[in-house]
Amino acid sequence: MAESTSSKGFQDWMERNLWGLLIVLAIALSVGGIVEIVPLFYLENTFPAKEKFPEIVWEKAGKEAIVTVDENGKEQWNWKPGDGIRPYTALELAGRDVYQREGCYLCHSQMIRPFRNEKERYGHYSLASESIFDHPFQWGSKRTGPDIARVGGKYSDEWHRDHLRAPRSVVPESVMPNFPWLDHAMVEGATMQRHMEGMKIIGVPYSDVDIEVAPKLVDGKTEMDAMVAYLQVLGTMAKLNEDVVYRE
Amino acid sequence: MEAALEKKYNFDVVRWFTIMAVVYLVVGALVGVYIASELAWPDLNFNIPYISFGRLRPVHTNAVIFAFGGCTLMAAAFYTVQRTCGVRLWSDKMAWFVFWGWNAIILAAVITLPLGFTQSKEYAELEWPIDILIAVVWLAFSFNFIMTVAIRKTSHIYVSNWFFMGMMLMITYLHVVNSLAIPVGVLKSYSIFAGVHDAMIQWWWGHNAVGFYLTAGFLGIMYYFVPKQANRPVYSYRLSVIHFWALMFGYVWLGAHHLQYTALPDWTGSLGAAVSIAMIIPSWGGAVNGMMTLSGAWDKLRTDYVLRFLVIAMAFYAMSTFEGPVMSLKTVNALSHYTDWTIGHVHSGALGWVAGISIGALYHLMTRLFHTEMWSEKLVNVHFWTATIGTVIYIVAMWVSGIMQGLMWRAYDEYGTLAYTFVESVDAMHPYYAMRAIGGAIFLAGAAIMLFNVLKTVAKSMSQGSLAKARALAASA
Repeated sequence: MAESTSSKGFQDWMERNLWGLLIVLAIALSVGGIVEIVPLFYLENTFPAKEKFPEIVWEKAGKEAIVTVDENGKEQWNWKPGDGIRPYTALELAGRDVYQREGCYLCHSQMIRPFRNEKERYGHYSLASESIFDHPFQWGSKRTGPDIARVGGKYSDEWHRDHLRAPRSVVPESVMPNFPWLDHAMVEGATMQRHMEGMKIIGVPYSDVDIEVAPKLVDGKTEMDAMVAYLQVLGTMAKLNEDVVYRE
Repeated sequence: MEAALEKKYNFDVVRWFTIMAVVYLVVGALVGVYIASELAWPDLNFNIPYISFGRLRPVHTNAVIFAFGGCTLMAAAFYTVQRTCGVRLWSDKMAWFVFWGWNAIILAAVITLPLGFTQSKEYAELEWPIDILIAVVWLAFSFNFIMTVAIRKTSHIYVSNWFFMGMMLMITYLHVVNSLAIPVGVLKSYSIFAGVHDAMIQWWWGHNAVGFYLTAGFLGIMYYFVPKQANRPVYSYRLSVIHFWALMFGYVWLGAHHLQYTALPDWTGSLGAAVSIAMIIPSWGGAVNGMMTLSGAWDKLRTDYVLRFLVIAMAFYAMSTFEGPVMSLKTVNALSHYTDWTIGHVHSGALGWVAGISIGALYHLMTRLFHTEMWSEKLVNVHFWTATIGTVIYIVAMWVSGIMQGLMWRAYDEYGTLAYTFVESVDAMHPYYAMRAIGGAIFLAGAAIMLFNVLKTVAKSMSQGSLAKARALAASA
């Protein structure tokens, strides 16, 4: 090679000065992340505007209990489907824990893109506000199975149970594993309270009552029950209008 | 001459990392073939929780990335830094701590992941106590490496070491930020970030685990082992400077392209795609730089099987760094996202580039570290062809299935309704999933041949006393 093979100037200085090289590197490596990540915490248009679309997020979250249980074990719901995005109840959160544990997110996405075919297949495109209580996010990256962001209410509880126990009994072409062990594991109230308290520390608005009633809500429930409760609530929290443009 | 180095340098720790890398290559590929088969034949899940697809998949990714890739990186980095700085590792003790620590992490992963302990963030599944251990061991690895560079005998720092140090800094950033979580149990935690923020941070980590760990680190390997094996200097010094700085600055931006058309704001995805396109320039500059290092020595490809691995790896590097930016474009991504095309792309990088350059470097290391030729050159050649053919079958299967899935999902019939149900697309994938498992099995067979050859080489070195002689010679020198 005819070209110069030795360094010059600043580059030469860095190649001889280890600490200088490391400092310049640390700066160069920081820029991309700072530019792309930090603004997401501050820019208001990351989420649909609260004032414009108050119906998306349940405003009573943290102030009122989502559901209470009276002495007779009867559930009293302060929230109903369509009232807006809220934290998961103890039972739903237990289902979500199972969803994470079994690696469901590796084959199912929970993020509908704004395309005609996705709308017809799965429903309204997903909004950023819909996963504000999802620690961690479950958008997924692969659809070996279908998107389930709005699977709630589309099938009966019984169908879900059959499908989770033996998917090919209801969908012969499915390649999903069977999850028969979910029927044999019980959800523990104390564990769910600990999980909810952790969530509260990182900003999920649980009211004291939400955490208090957790043992009653999950009493006698299996992981299968929890999983079904989680799947049935997906996409049912907010009522989205087809004619409204939520994302600019 | 190599013998005299036994005393000067710490090759023991490099030897152990080298052997373990080959062991983990076989393990990681084996789990990969198994989970690929589960998708083709779901009965293989056997109703056993510990081997069901969702729990084994992180075992596969962690085994190949962190066990195989990690041991290769640590072997190559510790070898390269000593050779290019002309000094022994700054601390032998710390190097051994890194070896045992890293292997303890791998053991912890193999136990906890099948049991279902996971943070459910891709390529960052391990739970918080293990995450802390990773941070400690990684910092020890980085510190020992950097201090070795600090006490170097050469005036300038060699290009491989720039890449290794770039990787070390960035992986430290990424691992710490992405793993921030609130523990709610001994092996259970929740990410402190939620929804869109968590998604962006996860893919900032996810893509840079690829960009820094699996690319920058392995480019460090390329810049040392290709010139060494070809016995030619690096083609262009200037290209390596451009390659390095453009890659360091640019790669960080790419994560957002994993979230095109999601609830992530459009500007972030567009920015990610724009920088992705720009990254073709440094990536190809680097690939050309590596390839052209062979100029004047191309005839060696006929006889040098190790060089073949290195060259085919650079070809795959060029190919997948072109494919990646194309897939980051919104119009292409609209089709490719959520499909097997992504899996195909990852494996052209992972099997073709990362495994290729690693295997080449590991064979090179074997002969240098055990002071003997490989037990069988012929088997190295067999490995080369099985690895290449297996990889190509795998990628082609995933290209076809991925594009087919994408097209089926968006197809309309003449009445304007969706032409296929989702499950029809699942059914259509079966032959390609079977083909993928076969491609993977061929690759695995090659890896097993490598392990056999490597163990035979160690045995040969032992029986001939090559290593003992080298040590004795070094001691008397």
